[in-house]
Amino acid sequence: MHDKTLTELAQALDSGELSSRELTDHYLQRIEQADASLNSFITVTAEQARAQADAADQARANGNAGWLTGLPLALKDIFCTQGVKTSCGSRMLDNFTAPYDATVVEKFKAAGTVSLGKTNMDEFAMGSSNENSYYGPVKNPWDLSAVPGGSSGGSAAAVAAGLTPAALGTDTGGSIRQPAAFCGITGLKPTYGRVSRYGMIAYASSLDQAGPMARSASDCAHLLNVMAGHDVRDSTSVARGVPDYAETLNAPLSGLKIGLPKEYFGDGLDPEVEKAIREAVSVYESLGATVRDVSLPHTHYAIPAYYVIAPAEASSNLSRFDGVRFGHRCENPSDLIDLYKRSRAEGFGEEVQRRILIGTHTLSEGFFDAYYTKAQKVRRLIRQDFLDAFEDVDVLMGPASPTPAFDLGAKKDPVSMYLQDIYTIAVNLAGIPGISVPAGFVGRRPVGLQILGTHFAEAQLLNVAHQFQQATDWHLQRPATAEESV
Amino acid sequence: MQWETVIGLEVHVQLATHSKIFSGASTAFGAEPNSQACAVDLGLPGVLPVLNEQAVAMAVQFGLAVHADIPEVSVFDRKNYFYPDLPKGYQTSQMYHPIVGPGEVEITLDDDTTKQIRIHHAHLEEDAGKSLHEDFHGMTGIDLNRAGTPLLEIVSEPDMRSAKEAAAYLKAIHSIVTYLGISDGNMAEGSMRCDVNVSVRPKGQEAFGTRAEIKNVNSFRFVEKAIAFEVERQIELIEDGGKVIQETRLFDPERDETRSMRTKEEANDYRYFPCPDLLPVVLDQAYLDHLRSQLPELPAEKRERFQQALGLSAYDASVLSASRDMAEYFEEVHHVCGDVKQAANWVQGELSGALNRESLSIADSPVSAVQLGELVQRVLDDTINGKAAKQVFQALWHGEGASADAIIEAKGLKQVTDTGAIETMIDQVIADSPAQVAQYRDAEPEKRGKMIGYFVGQVMKASRGTANPQQVNGLLKDKLDALL
Repeated sequence: MHDKTLTELAQALDSGELSSRELTDHYLQRIEQADASLNSFITVTAEQARAQADAADQARANGNAGWLTGLPLALKDIFCTQGVKTSCGSRMLDNFTAPYDATVVEKFKAAGTVSLGKTNMDEFAMGSSNENSYYGPVKNPWDLSAVPGGSSGGSAAAVAAGLTPAALGTDTGGSIRQPAAFCGITGLKPTYGRVSRYGMIAYASSLDQAGPMARSASDCAHLLNVMAGHDVRDSTSVARGVPDYAETLNAPLSGLKIGLPKEYFGDGLDPEVEKAIREAVSVYESLGATVRDVSLPHTHYAIPAYYVIAPAEASSNLSRFDGVRFGHRCENPSDLIDLYKRSRAEGFGEEVQRRILIGTHTLSEGFFDAYYTKAQKVRRLIRQDFLDAFEDVDVLMGPASPTPAFDLGAKKDPVSMYLQDIYTIAVNLAGIPGISVPAGFVGRRPVGLQILGTHFAEAQLLNVAHQFQQATDWHLQRPATAEESV
Repeated sequence: MQWETVIGLEVHVQLATHSKIFSGASTAFGAEPNSQACAVDLGLPGVLPVLNEQAVAMAVQFGLAVHADIPEVSVFDRKNYFYPDLPKGYQTSQMYHPIVGPGEVEITLDDDTTKQIRIHHAHLEEDAGKSLHEDFHGMTGIDLNRAGTPLLEIVSEPDMRSAKEAAAYLKAIHSIVTYLGISDGNMAEGSMRCDVNVSVRPKGQEAFGTRAEIKNVNSFRFVEKAIAFEVERQIELIEDGGKVIQETRLFDPERDETRSMRTKEEANDYRYFPCPDLLPVVLDQAYLDHLRSQLPELPAEKRERFQQALGLSAYDASVLSASRDMAEYFEEVHHVCGDVKQAANWVQGELSGALNRESLSIADSPVSAVQLGELVQRVLDDTINGKAAKQVFQALWHGEGASADAIIEAKGLKQVTDTGAIETMIDQVIADSPAQVAQYRDAEPEKRGKMIGYFVGQVMKASRGTANPQQVNGLLKDKLDALL
């Protein structure tokens, strides 16, 4: 039953073939069996999940069930969940139980879904391998010696291993799309402002966006239907109508204009990844799409600009973790400065400290214009690159990552880790949506095709991804490794 | 050497919104510690700010009142520093694009001259919480009720040249914000605080001297005292061959002196950058026009009208327009009694005296404007004389009656104007005072005018103060002269 997509499970619940309680118990059992080797969950909320499942079954019996009622989900541990530990993958928040629900959590509760627990992640969403978690690294279900990607690595691994049919992630520079690619699942980063950020612990506020991670584009469409929309508690969420993303999944692709950014097929791209992506593109040609090369000339500035803007925002966003009101507090502080210094030095891991230092430096007097102001100018140029490209083509396609999942511990140098996000990071700077869909393998390790659209083109991206999944079966492949440990 | 003082003020005005600038928590003063701090005010992980539109409207109204440019776009920035009563580790403020641009405020000095003080800009920001160092046995208590309270920081140009000008400027700002109703202006509760920048330079020199900033001065009187001390300190320092250093100082009202808090070298680098959680504030012309149409008559306009249309002196106009409460009270008294001069005299005289004696504000006056207006009316229509009027006022003040008429009636203070009745009393007094009558008759004619006072006093006494004094005077003179 864990091989099924959300769509299939929803039908099974609807026909009475399955109860939500049976489904929930099944996934809880799988987590118990397999997660010792994967480490994809930080917290499993079994009791709450069973209660929610029973309530969902009751609602269904009363005729009050919606499309998602009774379906289990996992939440990245960056979303505040009332009464449940919300750690953000950090020692700093190991003792933090959120007193409120994030807006998206509220929305899924209202839709009747069942929360299985909170998934592992790079600390404060800073990382591309899930090795920066206080709770230890997550392993890739396709190959336990490989990373699952990050920062939403727990969510990606849990979906890939069939420990949950779907999960929520967040994406600041590729944190949904890259782990989706590494774990062979489908992950969508919506347009900035499409989904409320309220209750999502901030890393880089102008880049963070929550999105669905599931087995198929169709599943993601149903999840986005719940998540998307304006929230009065988030001024950066956009007051714009939400279409039914499931309705347009089957629109034909004939005449679709695909652009291949030449900068996404250059040096550093693994030839086997490139081969898989080119084959995927040829599938689209067979579906009636036309393909042309385009250029995004400022692409090589994306990583430097991102590593000015994101740490700058993070250095300020993470100031509230000071040991005073919540979170980790050092033992016996001698004075206020000692309290700050030791609480933060003990509570934050190395990568988080590195980014706080970078951000503090770039915002400092005398450096602000050279770094922050300049990076914002670059950001506008990058955005313009995309807008110009979308004058000529409907969607852009390329690899989600230059390589398949790398080995645990392989990338010791932070800059080589940052370069992992070369194809995903510009998308956050531009605020546009992107989706990663499974498109083949290099050995046992999956390859992800990234599809990008213009602002608020989620319906189109989901349609384009769904049509590919109608024509291919990459997204239906299951990792054998995870099954061995069950 | 002749020295010139240069002063600029940063005035923090707490806006009278119901809820905080970025959250729905109440801003009411004096609640139990931390009972008015919600998730947003506490800076919990994941929370986001939402701008209070009322705070924006109030800031814009201030800008319109000081004839300022209101830029179409303003932006909130984060001012980053660590302090236990600053929950997020940054204060949301406006550094680069404030909501109110350059403007101008007119101040009135003691000699009735006026001066324009330029406003550099005014920006919106959130207040921090309070650190309580007493009662916590070596630890610090944090009360976050005040965290997120909206403040408008009004920054002047260095246009003031004396402590008196600075105090007059602060009063002018106080009067504008209370007229607009955008702040209660309560300085004791911290609704208005100011930072004073002071420097001195040789008279005639154009370049400014090095300034010291005196933080958190919270009364008109302290502003004058702090500046007076600081000017003297700086002049003495320079004349003794020393140099003023740029620093932040604290005013100690117990000793009337300022003390160094931190020098420029120790100052924080606040790492300002645009707050990514808030969108730029965009104000269109229609919004500004709407707010402009809602503006009340402001103190300067009122002062002008009191002089031009009502014929009050510059001094009276200035006193009576000093606060909106005062002006509204005066205008109501005038409306009820119909006489500008009498209304002005009563409000500035009897009423203000009584309020001052009991340290009451005019809004808390036990005598309402209508009550006072009716009282003045009874003086004007000769129902009572001036002496009786003071008695009636005291009775109203102490709540001895609902209206002037009721008190006049109850106390029998109605003025006797019946000539026959007064003549009867005069005849009786003359009959009872043969010795004084003889003295009067024998006196030099020019001394008789003075002597008549005795007879007037006796008649007034006989009437228990109710006889019309002018009438008594005239009739007495006639009768006494008839005896000559």
